[in-house]
Amino acid sequence: MRGSLFRKNLVTTLLLAPAALWLVVFLVLPFIAIAIFSVGERAPEGGYQAALTFAQYANLPARATAFWNTMVLAPIGALACLLVAYPVAYYLALRAPDRWRLILLALIVIPFWTSLLMRTYAWMYVLGGRGIPALLAYVGIEDLRLINTPGAVLLGIVYGYLPLMILPIYVSLERLDRRLLEASADLGATPLSTFLGVTLRLSLPGVMTGFSLVMILLLGEYLIPTLLGGGKVFFIGNALVDLFLQSRNWPFGSAIAITLVLVSVVVLIVANRISTRLSGARRVDLI
Amino acid sequence: MRAFVVAVFAFLYLPIALVVLFSFNAGHHASEFTGFSVQWYGKALSNPFLVEALKNSLFIATTSALLAAFCGTAAALGLQRVGARTRALSDALLGAAIVVPGVVIGISTLVALVQLFAVVNPFLAELWPTDQPPKLSLGYGSIIAAHGLFSMALVTMIVGTRLASLDRNLVEASSDLYATPLTTFRSIVLPQIMPAVIAGFLLAFTFSFDDFIIAFFVAGAQTTLPIYVFASIRRGVTPEINAIATIVLCASVLLVLLAQWQLGRRKPSP
Repeated sequence: MRGSLFRKNLVTTLLLAPAALWLVVFLVLPFIAIAIFSVGERAPEGGYQAALTFAQYANLPARATAFWNTMVLAPIGALACLLVAYPVAYYLALRAPDRWRLILLALIVIPFWTSLLMRTYAWMYVLGGRGIPALLAYVGIEDLRLINTPGAVLLGIVYGYLPLMILPIYVSLERLDRRLLEASADLGATPLSTFLGVTLRLSLPGVMTGFSLVMILLLGEYLIPTLLGGGKVFFIGNALVDLFLQSRNWPFGSAIAITLVLVSVVVLIVANRISTRLSGARRVDLI
Repeated sequence: MRAFVVAVFAFLYLPIALVVLFSFNAGHHASEFTGFSVQWYGKALSNPFLVEALKNSLFIATTSALLAAFCGTAAALGLQRVGARTRALSDALLGAAIVVPGVVIGISTLVALVQLFAVVNPFLAELWPTDQPPKLSLGYGSIIAAHGLFSMALVTMIVGTRLASLDRNLVEASSDLYATPLTTFRSIVLPQIMPAVIAGFLLAFTFSFDDFIIAFFVAGAQTTLPIYVFASIRRGVTPEINAIATIVLCASVLLVLLAQWQLGRRKPSP
């Protein structure tokens, strides 16, 4: 009996060992490493020198522009994404004809899994000098500058992260108990108040999941501001690439990265709070 | 609302369509389509740097996806046999591996590996019998490991979901009929989770093949296709990049469709 229990534990350990090792060596240890670096000092030739100081954190305002751009454009971008995504998710979940639903859903999933670099490149192409501005020049609108503006970055954000916003909202709307909508209408609610009181409310967990995922990924975004912002719109991601690959100030970069992770955690917690508070109990008992 | 949805789909696909269209443009200029030609594909595929980068990307994506499919499936199976506490801990770690932005994964892996190599390399030099000791450095290995982190977490989740909907009765019936655990696994569990494993592999491959930001930090002297494309985009937009983009987009679409088809296959009957 004991032998078989031992064998069972051994098999479990062997099954979990590779993944656990991977998570520890390439997720936990690296995170500890940047935490240690963030309280260190920059060595004279770049790199790291052991120390215990909060000077790097105190120095964060030196990159205030990057923080400001990110903290402004990430929530606005996520909100813009949400405003575009919700009607699409709503249509897919509640209005689309059955035979179209799966095809439309696949058309949403495909961009999600195709290269963000290539998709951002597509907009560089469209907004660039030979794209829309060239077309508009035909009708007499000259010297229009679209690329390398905050607006272009915002557009790229909505384009890049729209699928990630649509999918969780779709899932929460699809699970919605249709009988609740009928009940609300039967009890004399107007379509608008049914939407606000039932549909929107019950889909809030999906909305908050999408919103927080998009927000967190935007906090670390690098490609979109670089390609569509053309070095004029700096994000935290740009600051990190600069500090790690160019000016080699690793301790300062680590402090920024740790701050980024902390902000992400706060975003997750707040989103979670909002969705549980506003949507009330997760399950609605009909009896 | 329908018009809005149609507009959103147009918004999603028109820019891509434009890139694909102009990859077949005979002329140099992106503003007018002067005729059909595949010359840019020929140009792209005869560029030795590009072909090298493509080969690197294929090798890295295949290796990291295979490792991820294997370790992730093993982990999903193992997690069925542990207590609630271990499960909660691993769920948190796997969630972190998926949610933490690529920039942070990239720099933390870079910092940790550079530090590790600084410790290990003198040791190797000391212990190695000949004059040319192997020197650990950033490259294939570090990209594969960093990509594999996300992919493994992804496979664990996809396979875990499938395992949760597995028909327990079949497993019990199998052991009631005196099948050994290994036989039960081979003939009952494995066939049912196989589509999820394959889908996980394909999505892991797509992720690694498309990733730019993690590889950008940990690639060392290696070049992957996205790194090459990024560098050439910054030098200017050319029809050659359109051709590469079209190839990459088509490959991703094929792989995702294949993955979705696998996931939809053999759903356990209700």
